[in-house]
Amino acid sequence: MARRATPEVNAGSMADIAFLLLIFFLVTTTIEKDKGIARQLPPKMEDQPEDVIIKQKNLFIVNVNKNDQLLVEEELAELKDLRQAAIDFIDNGGAPSGSPEYCSFCKGKRSPESSDNPEKAVISVQNDRLTSYKMYIAVQNELVAAYNFLRDRESQRLYGWKYTEMKKAIDEGDITGAKADDIQEKLQAVQDLIPLKLSEAEPKKSGS
Amino acid sequence: MSKFNKKKSGDLPAISTASLPDIVFMLLFFFMVVTVLRDSNLLVQQKLPKGDQVEKLKKDRSVFIYAGKPGAGYEKFGKEAKIQIGDKFTDVSNIRFALEELRRKLRPELQDKVMVALKVDEETNTGLVTDVKQELRDLNLLKLIYITTPGNQLEE
Repeated sequence: MARRATPEVNAGSMADIAFLLLIFFLVTTTIEKDKGIARQLPPKMEDQPEDVIIKQKNLFIVNVNKNDQLLVEEELAELKDLRQAAIDFIDNGGAPSGSPEYCSFCKGKRSPESSDNPEKAVISVQNDRLTSYKMYIAVQNELVAAYNFLRDRESQRLYGWKYTEMKKAIDEGDITGAKADDIQEKLQAVQDLIPLKLSEAEPKKSGS
Repeated sequence: MSKFNKKKSGDLPAISTASLPDIVFMLLFFFMVVTVLRDSNLLVQQKLPKGDQVEKLKKDRSVFIYAGKPGAGYEKFGKEAKIQIGDKFTDVSNIRFALEELRRKLRPELQDKVMVALKVDEETNTGLVTDVKQELRDLNLLKLIYITTPGNQLEE
């Protein structure tokens, strides 16, 4: 009963099989990295709160009509000018020095016609129902960009690190532990200094 | 003269391909690990608008809502923009049920921190998005994120 040795299996085709699998996964892979503009919706109120009166000068109204045209503070405007206009508005610091609302860090024109300080400044966006989503996002993007510009500036001044870069470092998980908590605190401080006050009015019916 | 002849006769040794399977397997495993098979089949067009002031999406705690015109192969559903949640078209009034279903699939500790990711085609009307947002407010799902592609619309 001599046991016959089993012949060795030829492994030459293993590379071919592996290649096949490899190509399959190469083709089906979609490395998804979704990014977007984050937003917090206002909570639904059971009982209507009393109307808060916002002074006209503290309100920056952006209107978008159904043809995707922009009306900024009652004047026709181009999308490319929106960012600067919003920065000028938020950063105006119109409250007179000495008053409690005085904005010490604002670098704007300090015109009494425009916003008192970043905390008071409200940007209101009004869309038509037929406005394209592309335009809607473009407007939101520009307005967030205006806020980010100012937050970067203040963060740089206070902590020597830009707001957006700090936020990115936290998001990517580069920093952890006690240091992350410290940075969270700084982020919060900058957010309190320049709060993002974007209001969205209910869109008007089309054509009006 | 024989010295020169000797050099010529030395052939290059064949390169061993024995380690080729190992290399290929390594690549294979890499791709197997990073692959995410799409969990929902897209029924709508998805050309996302561009944005550059973006934040990263936390995938483990988000539910997706797609919207846009019915995509290629689904023209029979009409030309109007539609909402898709999961694998099927949904009505605005049905969003709450569809979202609840998706939410239950998330990890229990994250279910309260749900973020709604809106993937909307750029040609959709804002009205539809507003309806969705109104519905989300009713459901008390207040965190949302508009998914965009990198870029800036001013550069077009």
